[in-house]
Amino acid sequence: MARAAIIVCWVMAIGLALFLIAPLLVIAAASFSPTPVFDLPLTGASTRWYGRIGRLDGFWPSLLLSLQIALLSTAISLVSGTLAAIAIARGKLPGANIFATALVSPLMMPGLVLGIALLQGFRAVGFTAPWATLLVAHLVITLPYVARTMIAGLARFDFTLIEAARTLGCTYPGSVLRVMVPALAPSFLIAGIFSFLASFDNYPVSIFLADVRTKTLPIRMLQYIEEAPDPTLAALSTLILSGTVILLFVSDRVVGLHRMAGTSD
Amino acid sequence: MTEAALPAPVAAPSVDRERLAAIGFVLPSFVIIAGVFALPLVLLLGVSIVDANGLTFANYKRLLGTPYYLGVVWNSLRLGLLTTLIAFLISYPAAFALARARGALRSVLLATLFLPLAASVIVKAFAWTILLRSDGIVNETLMALGIIEDPIRMIFTETALIVGAANIFLPFMILPIYAIVAQLDRRYAEAAATLGASPIVAFFRVILPLTLPGIIAGVALVFSLSVSAYVVPTLLIGEKYPTLATAIAKAYLLAREPGFGAAAGVVLLAIAIAVVALSARLSREPK
Repeated sequence: MARAAIIVCWVMAIGLALFLIAPLLVIAAASFSPTPVFDLPLTGASTRWYGRIGRLDGFWPSLLLSLQIALLSTAISLVSGTLAAIAIARGKLPGANIFATALVSPLMMPGLVLGIALLQGFRAVGFTAPWATLLVAHLVITLPYVARTMIAGLARFDFTLIEAARTLGCTYPGSVLRVMVPALAPSFLIAGIFSFLASFDNYPVSIFLADVRTKTLPIRMLQYIEEAPDPTLAALSTLILSGTVILLFVSDRVVGLHRMAGTSD
Repeated sequence: MTEAALPAPVAAPSVDRERLAAIGFVLPSFVIIAGVFALPLVLLLGVSIVDANGLTFANYKRLLGTPYYLGVVWNSLRLGLLTTLIAFLISYPAAFALARARGALRSVLLATLFLPLAASVIVKAFAWTILLRSDGIVNETLMALGIIEDPIRMIFTETALIVGAANIFLPFMILPIYAIVAQLDRRYAEAAATLGASPIVAFFRVILPLTLPGIIAGVALVFSLSVSAYVVPTLLIGEKYPTLATAIAKAYLLAREPGFGAAAGVVLLAIAIAVVALSARLSREPK
């Protein structure tokens, strides 16, 4: 009985691993397709689709836009989210728990609803420049990731260490820089990666704020898929995926994937 | 004498100053959450109940009073329920195996959970359109195995939709369950057995209640993600399976009916808030 249950658990775990990895392998394989259709299994290999990525209609402006929005919104969220997390962790803020919940609540809201709400809100105040609206909107997408990770990280940080450093002669900014920042480096890294990816991949909010000339990369990609899917798209997806994998691998070396499992629940 | 040699003691800031500093620290985040999140949502509610002639509930009557749109609401709920059910049935047992895995095997299994999170939803949904084509791998494999004789139509069916959605949202189910199961003390099951409980009784009276917080978190997360999914139904089933999410996009991007789109948004929001509130309540309840 118990043995049968253990076998079921292992079958499910291995099935799950194969099921989850299948679409990624398919995309990678399709990107080397020798023909313009997705003939799998492959009958040969070709890298010509990778050379065509740059010639996709509107690819470079969209990539640049997505990178700008993701980097800037992550940077602003890291600063404001960390400051808020410090105030919450110090326990000197009235209503800290309610505010902590409010900070992460956009994570549980349907992205599409946030998108139309922001479209209405920005229109109501006459704020319609696509680039600026995208940046402001992406602050709400990235801030919850930063707040969640930094609140969890700071809960383990001992603030008396700062007092100790000051007693030993460090200035206040000096003790923050030399004691607190190194101790929180893993949390910064995790918060930064999650919030960058959340912004870079976002479709449901961006679609309502973009216009014909200002389209983020996910909007472009969905458009390519709906219009004329060919292996160029698989090549682009494989490149983005490889970049993300390298990013995650490096951060795993630095802070450990296991720790990410604990903070991303 | 000795006191003069020590650095001057750090003056303790007054409580008022500390509180003021704390408020200053949260101000930027507060402005973002209040101005770019809470206020727009309130405005959305307003847009859904106010038109040129004043207060109106016509948008809600159309959404919740016509069979077609009731079907749309049901499609969203059905997508959420089926995806959550399948994700749970696979994830729950798998989390136990994952918690027992050690060394390289654990690293490989964890990597298969995190890698898909690194790929965008659009990329994964695109992969499923390739996998499920009539001349795609799934059909060819089934034919090679002699399970089917002719290719079956899979893409643009509800099966494709649910398989794709389960695949994309699964990590959000297994990660919270795994986080709980990994901390579970195996001696609980042993203690139950020592006290004479059969494995089935031990499971339902000991293991299941202990892992409930992870289940609640996973179910709430996967349901709220899949009930409002937009990219997955758009690519894997299309027009014939309209959901609240696709209706919202249509109302804003094509039909220019912001009032109706806002009403559909408020209904979707209400579903999401209900799920969050219910899960918070369930996980607080004493066992």
